[in-house]
Amino acid sequence: MNKKRNSLLTIASIVALFLFLWYASAHFNKYSIRILNDIAIFMMLAVSYNLINGVTGQFSLEPNGFTAIGAYVSSLLTLTAAQKHAMFIIVPMIHPLDTLHLPFLAALIVGGLVTALVGFILAFPVFRVRGDYLAIVTLGFGLVIRVFSNNAISVTNGPLGLKGIGAYTNLWWSWGWAVFSLIVIMRLVNSGYGRAMKAIRDDEDAAIAMGINSFKIKMIAFVTSAFFEGVAGGLLAHLITTISPTLFTFFLTFNLLIIIVVGGLGSMTGTVIATVMVVWGSELLRVVDQPMHLFSFTIPGVPGMRMILFSVLLIVIMLFAREGIMGQKEFSWNGFLNFLRHRKQK
Amino acid sequence: MNFSEVIQQLVNGISLGSLYGLVAIGYTMVYGVLRLINFAHGDIMMVGTYMAFFGVSAFLLPWWASFIFAMVLAALLGVVIDKVAYKPLRSASRISSLITAIGVSFLLENLFLVLFGGVPKAFPIPKLFAGSLNIGGVILPFVSIFAPVLGIVFLLILLQLLHHTKYGMAMRALSLDIETTRIMGVNVDAVISLVFAIGSALAAAGGILWSLKYPSINPLMGILPGLKAFAAAVLGGIGDVTGAAIGGFIIGVSEILIVAIFPELAGYKDAFAFLLLILVLLFKPTGIMGKDLGGRF
Repeated sequence: MNKKRNSLLTIASIVALFLFLWYASAHFNKYSIRILNDIAIFMMLAVSYNLINGVTGQFSLEPNGFTAIGAYVSSLLTLTAAQKHAMFIIVPMIHPLDTLHLPFLAALIVGGLVTALVGFILAFPVFRVRGDYLAIVTLGFGLVIRVFSNNAISVTNGPLGLKGIGAYTNLWWSWGWAVFSLIVIMRLVNSGYGRAMKAIRDDEDAAIAMGINSFKIKMIAFVTSAFFEGVAGGLLAHLITTISPTLFTFFLTFNLLIIIVVGGLGSMTGTVIATVMVVWGSELLRVVDQPMHLFSFTIPGVPGMRMILFSVLLIVIMLFAREGIMGQKEFSWNGFLNFLRHRKQK
Repeated sequence: MNFSEVIQQLVNGISLGSLYGLVAIGYTMVYGVLRLINFAHGDIMMVGTYMAFFGVSAFLLPWWASFIFAMVLAALLGVVIDKVAYKPLRSASRISSLITAIGVSFLLENLFLVLFGGVPKAFPIPKLFAGSLNIGGVILPFVSIFAPVLGIVFLLILLQLLHHTKYGMAMRALSLDIETTRIMGVNVDAVISLVFAIGSALAAAGGILWSLKYPSINPLMGILPGLKAFAAAVLGGIGDVTGAAIGGFIIGVSEILIVAIFPELAGYKDAFAFLLLILVLLFKPTGIMGKDLGGRF
């Protein structure tokens, strides 16, 4: 009975979310809508990122490289043949790609699948040895993807990047995918596979001794993350409509790392809360980069100060508040209702 | 390509490789002892180079004094980073110290960007290193001779330290089992500090030689050499100092040769070390000199 009630509550809150989005898309200004879109895409990225880092415990630095793949693949597919012909002025595009054209949803999914395949190829040699190298291999991949997008001009248009990508991403697309990825990843975490992932995180040797195929489980986590990061990259490209090799820097990965650490490694609830805090907070923190007026003093703004604050924040949280907001706990309707009841009795 | 061109490319490759090797030694020593990828290592190299730059241009020290000054400061920085950011997390899960390592790396890069700007600075080259020898059409810049010689001298000193002193014995013991070494009465924290000091000083030496070769320094200069040096450490067999040096030479020489043989691949030069890293993991994960560091970690 509780189970039925909880699913109803979940469905009701999703409906409420979309009612809010419907209201927002009609009444909010462009800036607020952009922030809402950013929150959705970052939520999707952070939840997938937490699956491999927090739930499975394999430190990885892939998001900037993987969103780049998703963004490039899906935009190349939604651009029309005429647009591509006009844009590739240095070197014409290689053949089958230059006339290929897909609708938005199909392009996003293909982008996700290509990213998942790349993730599989990258992780295969790493997971056969020890997971330690995953971080350095994915960090290196983020640099290599930039080398590739700058040099493979007949595929990526080189440093000029892609322009005039259709602005298809709206609140429905971004939040639809964010909610979908959250549901899929939560189902995965709560399944037998998810328990195996947590076992690997807590003690890999013990997990293997219990008969868990650690290579397969780590691979499932990583490839799932890769798929959703690719789709999120596609959504991002169709939100900002112009992409170039310099867009997908390590700063993106660093932001996501802060989000999952603030929220609590392994807690999806924490990740969702932290995404809203960090995306919103970094908008507010823009004042740090500009001159500040305190009483009658003027503190000159230092561009780049935000990055310093972010890295100090990350180190301080790791040293003194490693649990983050939620630790490894998750939100549950039972817990929430008990909490409300308890408050009433007081 | 005729004979003298081949020799020329080899000379270039060896001098580049000795720089990678110097940086790789720090990676491999820290990983050998703590099983930690010190992401800040490339940035320590950058800081060391900046210190040498300021030693010469701001404090007007003679070049050798400022190079020593830079190596000492880099060693101090390495020790401080370990004490502040890694030591409190020794007993925590392994992912925690990796996350702080990446935090420290990002902090150093952005701190130097804010303090000194992103515009590359010209590294002053002492007169001694500015010239070059011409032997039968092969041009030997003094830096290209000096770098491998210095690299090998440092390696020999380090091997002497590792195998013929008590500190070296303690380091080798640590890489097998920290807790047992502690029980044996070794001051584990002091030895770990020494490991960070040596690795960071060598990184600074590598960075200084790097900027004598490519005299333009900026706060992000440590990222790519750091990554390639890590690939060199894995190629040589992580945890093994000689292996790191050999791995560095292999990566340096092959990077130069590939560009010399296939000039159209020059744009992809920086991706090559990465490809090599993947191939090593795929076919010989323990590297050339490597021993299995006790299974999976």
